Amino acid sequence: METAIISGKGGTGKSCIAAAFASLLNPVVLADCDVETANLFLLFDPLPEETQVFIGGRSAHIDGTLCTNCGLCMEYCRYDAVYLSDGQVAIDEANCEGCGLCSRVCPRQAIAMVDNDKSRLYSGSFRHGQMIYARLAPGEDNSGKLVGLVREKASALALDKQIEDILIDGPPGIGCPVMSAITGVDRVVIVTEPSMSGLLDLQRLLEVVNGFGPSTWVILNKHDLHPAMARRIESFCRKSGIAIAGKLPFDPLVPEAMVHCKSIIEWAPHSGVARELKKIWNTITNQTDNNLWKHKTRVSTPD
Amino acid sequence: MTTHAARNDLAFRIAIASGKGGTGKTFVATNLFYSLLKQNIPVTLADCDAEGPNDAIFFPGRPVRSLPVTRRTPVIDERICTFCGKCRQFCSFHAIFMLPVSRVIRCMDELCHGCGACLYACDAGAISEKEVQMGELNVFSVTRTARIVESRMQPGFPSPVTLIKAAIREAGHANTPLPGHSVLPGHTVLLDAPPGIGCPFVQTVSLADYVILVTEPTPFGLSDLKQSVECLQTMEKPFGVVLNRAGTGNDGVNEYLDKEGFPLLMEIPFEREIAFNYARGRLVCKSWPGFQHALVKMHELIRRTYGNGHHQR
Repeated sequence: METAIISGKGGTGKSCIAAAFASLLNPVVLADCDVETANLFLLFDPLPEETQVFIGGRSAHIDGTLCTNCGLCMEYCRYDAVYLSDGQVAIDEANCEGCGLCSRVCPRQAIAMVDNDKSRLYSGSFRHGQMIYARLAPGEDNSGKLVGLVREKASALALDKQIEDILIDGPPGIGCPVMSAITGVDRVVIVTEPSMSGLLDLQRLLEVVNGFGPSTWVILNKHDLHPAMARRIESFCRKSGIAIAGKLPFDPLVPEAMVHCKSIIEWAPHSGVARELKKIWNTITNQTDNNLWKHKTRVSTPD
Repeated sequence: MTTHAARNDLAFRIAIASGKGGTGKTFVATNLFYSLLKQNIPVTLADCDAEGPNDAIFFPGRPVRSLPVTRRTPVIDERICTFCGKCRQFCSFHAIFMLPVSRVIRCMDELCHGCGACLYACDAGAISEKEVQMGELNVFSVTRTARIVESRMQPGFPSPVTLIKAAIREAGHANTPLPGHSVLPGHTVLLDAPPGIGCPFVQTVSLADYVILVTEPTPFGLSDLKQSVECLQTMEKPFGVVLNRAGTGNDGVNEYLDKEGFPLLMEIPFEREIAFNYARGRLVCKSWPGFQHALVKMHELIRRTYGNGHHQR
């Protein structure tokens, strides 16, 4: 079973909740798909057993000895990535999208496309099973592709180590990396918080998720910080037919656990938040399994 | 990594960024914006988080102007196409789908970056281009000297970079003010940056004259701060740090800043009331004059140290 935990808005507590579920599942394959700013390895300190290089696109490099400054590349580039520096044509790396058109049009073959090879994918064991995480080099493209690679690795490890559950800690936003993190999963858990931004980001995220069709759950984190807004989000979910798996209160124990590099389940297993998280996990798994079971019987019934 | 894109405006741009989401970028950006406009300092807030723009909810009002942002995408005429495959070979994003036997060829818009390489590749003249809308810019007028430019991407596009560039360009244009507006050369433009350290983040900060990094005192906050700093250092961008929710978590961030000698611009204490007001879409600095004053001072210090922007580049 693959479960993805996502949130449109950052900082809603997605990683802390993913860490808690990982402690509950034990053994689990934990895939940190927040490849731009991976954090779970800080809590779980996995033993890096394997490192892979990820090519996150390409960028153009000009050979100054061949370039005649004809400016054709500048004319064709649509990203303002070619500019004149003291009369010499140069590439602006921040703007270059790696399309390679400049190197195609160059009459002197002075522009080479070089692989961006600074991103890495790590995998190894940790105290609750296996873990995969990645590090996208700053400014590099294709984080969606890297997310896909992290998930591929997770599936391979799950098969290899005979572990049933894969837990995905997803990236923020609504873009390509998120779609890559939830494609084909069995369950999606959206973590949100009771604020105006929390509600708006949840609505935008649902537009994306609805296209994918797995069973979807919402966890309302820190609900007591703004009870009225929490009610508004609850009623929005009811109207849209999205089940709320549970609500978590704001509790200083959660950041405290993080500071000690523990999940809340490990740090305070008998706290209210930990108990609530266990309940939430049971709700999600029982319901999803029931649905799947129903689905399976329906499919296997002969006409 | 430096950027040299042509600057045609005279604004001073301050990006408010953080690697980790939810540390309080929007919180700092909106409160700083309000504090400056209260002082009648000409200011534009550009919401560059095109995947989740939320700045405008703090300043009620309808957009006074809405501009569609489009991107070019190829249209391939199957009747003219010779199925030579050159366009597919030229496409770096694997966006050309082709079945020569069934005479099917098309561009997959969700992969296309609109670079024009296929158009250049085609010898048969089978490829033309059309504009597709990828999002919009919404311009809000808050006071006579304060505007918000919001970038908003439609779900399903691969990258918000084009939108972000358009928003920053629009925000900096002192020569196209709104009717009744007086946007002065040298006014401050605040860029509320998207989270992460990928392309959208780099694009935003590469166009900034100064970067404020917002973080929180936790191991997650520190780890992401270090990544952002590393990135800004390779870009040679001056920056300072705002520590949000100070008093919770641990001292890791303070120790790191002390050790490296990076400026700590401000510490914002954690208080339930702040979180509560913010969640309600209220501006905390309205009922907290000390915070407003500190933000104005911080802006003054940054502008005094790093100048007016227009002498750079």
